[in-house]
Amino acid sequence: MATETHAAEGATGYIIHHLTPLTAGEGFWTLHLDTLFFSAFLGGVFVWFFKSAADKATSDVPGLAQNFAEMLIEFVDTQVKDSFHGKSELIAPLALTIFCWIFLWNLMDMFPVDLLSTVGAMMGLEYLRVVPSTDLNATFAISISVFCLIIFYNLKIKGLWHFSKELLFHPFDHPLLIPFNILLNFVEYLAKPISLALRLFGNLYAGELIFILIALLPWGIQPLLSFPWAVFHILIITLQAFIFMVLTIVYLSMAHEDH
Amino acid sequence: MSINATLIGQMITFTLLVWFTMKYIWPPLFESLEQRKKKIAEGLAAAEKGHEEILLAEKKAKGILVQAKEESATIVNSAQKRANEIVEESKETAKKEGERLIFAAKAQIEQELQQAKEGLRKEISALALSAAEQILGAEIDRTKHQEILSKVSNQL
Repeated sequence: MATETHAAEGATGYIIHHLTPLTAGEGFWTLHLDTLFFSAFLGGVFVWFFKSAADKATSDVPGLAQNFAEMLIEFVDTQVKDSFHGKSELIAPLALTIFCWIFLWNLMDMFPVDLLSTVGAMMGLEYLRVVPSTDLNATFAISISVFCLIIFYNLKIKGLWHFSKELLFHPFDHPLLIPFNILLNFVEYLAKPISLALRLFGNLYAGELIFILIALLPWGIQPLLSFPWAVFHILIITLQAFIFMVLTIVYLSMAHEDH
Repeated sequence: MSINATLIGQMITFTLLVWFTMKYIWPPLFESLEQRKKKIAEGLAAAEKGHEEILLAEKKAKGILVQAKEESATIVNSAQKRANEIVEESKETAKKEGERLIFAAKAQIEQELQQAKEGLRKEISALALSAAEQILGAEIDRTKHQEILSKVSNQL
């Protein structure tokens, strides 16, 4: 492992190195190049796979790729139909994109922690953090987009008047309690994107950190710990992608419901 | 760990991905799924229909079989009857023919007997006549006593 390479910096240096993104720019205009590259690359993988399946889509006996794509489509469609009762062109494709994209992000966590960063170092990259879900920018990008959609659909379905009325008189329908209602609704709406982003980030960041900590142990012990953790992680990465998708559907269907 | 412009980049990527999925991925795949569902439903309905048709055809075939059996039984019966009749008829014919033959034979025998009797009678009358001639000599004229002679020969 790369422990020797960073021996001078010690264990803390090794951990920090693994969790530091490859950056460009200063201040707010700093760009996490690794996050941008890997998420775009994985998005490309997702789009390429589904597009090739869609191009060859036939209602006869499906091929292997089409079968897999249809399995995912049907799975997402079931989730959408379970909680969303309106008609929307956007929600199901959105849910599919979220699930697949986040799953692919999380899947990067299954690569050995030192593999890609070592390859990156060979290519002259000082830092390389390959799991986009361990970057708050990536998780917040999705959750804020979802939040914008929540606001958009609230305004579109309920109208500005109804929406503001709901914000002012819900849950307590009394003029005196308007300030309290506003505070409550503000927290409720804000909690949605923050919880979405932090849940995914926290799970994957912690998972990655544990992989890094295991990599610091003597090599004889590593497999004993990293194998069970990796197996457990298969569950976590799928579950986190699933939770993000389901909550997005639920939030958007709540935005569609007129009280 | 800080929020920065990466967020904006990620949001743009996300928007593009969702747009692409919505436009080019979801509709064709979903369409093919729906079409396959329809096809399967149609196939199942057709199979059900075919099954029913088989049952119907089996029923029909059974009916035809029963009818054919009945018909053949009738045919066999009537044939047997006809055969019996023919046998009876031929028996009758044979009997009649036999009787006729017997009758004809009897008639012939009778006729031959009569002829023999006639012959014998003639011979006897001739013999008797010659004997009488010899006894009586010239006293008896054949032409004169023809009547008597034929009377005698008839009595024989």
